[in-house]
This record gives sequence, C-alpha cells and structure tokens, in this order.
Amino acid sequence: MSSIPTPILWTVIIGLALGSYGLRFAFIGFMGGKPIPEWLMRHLRYTAVAIIPALVAPLVVWPAPTGGDPSLMHFAAAAATFAAGYLTRNVLIGLGTGGLCLLLLYLAA
Amino acid sequence: MAITTTKSAFWKGFRDSAPFLFMASPFGFLFGVLAAEAGLIVPEAFAFSLTVFAGAAQFTALQLMQENAPLIIILISALAVNLRMAMYSASLTPYLGDAPMWQRAIAAYFIVDQSYALSVVQFEQEPEMPLAQRMAYFFGTNGLITPAWVIATALGALVGTRIPESWGVDFVLPLAFLAMIGPMLRTPAHVAACFVAVAASLPASALPYNLGLIVAGIAGMIAGAQAELWLERQKAKAEGAK
Repeated sequence: MSSIPTPILWTVIIGLALGSYGLRFAFIGFMGGKPIPEWLMRHLRYTAVAIIPALVAPLVVWPAPTGGDPSLMHFAAAAATFAAGYLTRNVLIGLGTGGLCLLLLYLAA
Repeated sequence: MAITTTKSAFWKGFRDSAPFLFMASPFGFLFGVLAAEAGLIVPEAFAFSLTVFAGAAQFTALQLMQENAPLIIILISALAVNLRMAMYSASLTPYLGDAPMWQRAIAAYFIVDQSYALSVVQFEQEPEMPLAQRMAYFFGTNGLITPAWVIATALGALVGTRIPESWGVDFVLPLAFLAMIGPMLRTPAHVAACFVAVAASLPASALPYNLGLIVAGIAGMIAGAQAELWLERQKAKAEGAK
C-alpha cells in the first residue's frame, strides 16, 4: 500500500476544504452584485476540461500497473472509456465500459 | 407548475435532484474505495468528502498524493479543477445575492455541479420566484446529493479496505478521469482546451515536481478561451455577411 504521510494528507484535506469554500464563497459572499469580468469567466470555463485531461494523459501513455511501460491493453481500455463517456454523455456508462474492457483484455491476455 | 410556498420550493428541488443520485452515489463510493486503496482510513475518507465536497478535485488530489507530488502542486491542481465553482458562485449571485449573509455563507458550501445546474435552470424558467423560495429550492437540490456523497464515500472506504491489492485497481482512477472528460466536451472550445492540454501534458511530464500538469493545464485553459473568442468572431462575421 502506497502510504501517504498523515500530515500531508490532512494538510491537503484542510487546504482543499478552505480553498474550495473560498472559491464558492468568493462571488456570492464578497462581490455582491458585481459582475465577474468576462475574460476571467472565459478562462474559468476551461479549467476543469484542461486540468483533468492533462492529469490523465501521462497515466494512460505510461500506465502505473506496468511500471510505466506503454501497454496496448491499458490504452485500449482508456480509449473505450473515453469513447463511451463521450458518446453517451454519461460518466458511469463510460467507466463501466472501460472497466469491463480492461477486465476482458486482462482475462484474454 | 408554479411553486407556491417556500416549503414546496424545497421539495421541488429535492425531487428534481433525485436522478443525480445515480451519479453521485457510485462516484462517492468509488472515491471511498480508491481512497482506501491509497491507504486512507474510513474517517479520513469521510472527512475528505464532507469538507471538500467536490468529486473531481478529490480524485485529482488523491492521484497526486499517490505520485508523491509536492504539497503546493497538489493544492494548486485540485483547486484549479474546482475553479469552476467560482464561476457557479458568480452566476448564482444575481439570483441569491440579496439573501442574508448567513444564508449565503451556508449556501456557498453547497455549490456543486448538480445544485448549480438545476438551480440556474429553475431560476431562469421562473423569474418571478421570490428570493426565499429560490434559496429553498437551492437547498432542496442538495437534500439528497450531499448526504449520499458523504455516506457513499464512507461505505466505499469500508469496502475498499477489504479489497486485496492483487486486484490491480490502480488503473481505475485514470479510467474514472477519462469517463469524466467525455461529458465535459460540450463545445468545440472545450475540445480545443482538452486537446491542447493532452498534447502539452506528455512532453511537460518531464518537468520536475509535477509542474507539467500546471503548465499543460494553463495551456489548455488559454486554448479554450482563445477558441471561444475565435468561434464568436467567426459567428459575428457570418452574421455580418448576411
């Protein structure tokens, strides 16, 4: 089990709890009716859709279970997950498809 | 059907949010399982979901902690995933901004994808809705989702401690991220942001301290914003030509 040091874990939990609350409170609490600048809104719209793919792409190309060696099996499962999620617009169908695909490839290999 | 009382507004929000249970519960459960696999004990996973209450950011932090990324990178990346909450906060302000401070302070905690999406649709459809009813509706949308998310995490963590390591669930977290991306790609600008972020993340992963994630994330963000501007200009041109 990869152990996360307890102080790190709790710093992350507390930091994220305060930070997330701050982001949520920022406008509804402090700004009152003041509108958020358009250029800022335009960038905020794309943060999640940029960070999450940037996080996951290296994990697919160099998967952890093989110790970082590119693996067709993991790549195929990843592609199936993304495709199913994209086509159905449903996160759970995507995840289910990918998990099943990984399992089948694992059993077949 | 117009809403008549504050109480009925709460219950309408409650009912409208019910379909999202089928999304929030399994995802909370999965977070619990993966948190347990990463070595978190049940109270830790529980506290994580209760205080942070943001799925994608929690998964991001979990992944980066396992990679032993520096603390500051973990916090910046997970909070960047959560920046959209500031956007939700901004777009709810015209509807809820006049409520008493204590109500707004509590409401802020409950701003998540589901409550935001449901509330904005409701408030746009019924502009005549009084403030008290709007607030009640907003809280109603969280009546099921919040307890479900937190309880599902705790259950997942309980189960996760019993899953043998040999099952190789360490690729499930990447699959969970991948499944989240598809539904996010709503416009060509979102696709551009995603594509640029992916393209940048592979060479950038050579950077130390997981800085590549931040660099690729910013590149994707700028690409999305620029693509949006470009698409707007093209649209304006096409309309001008008519």
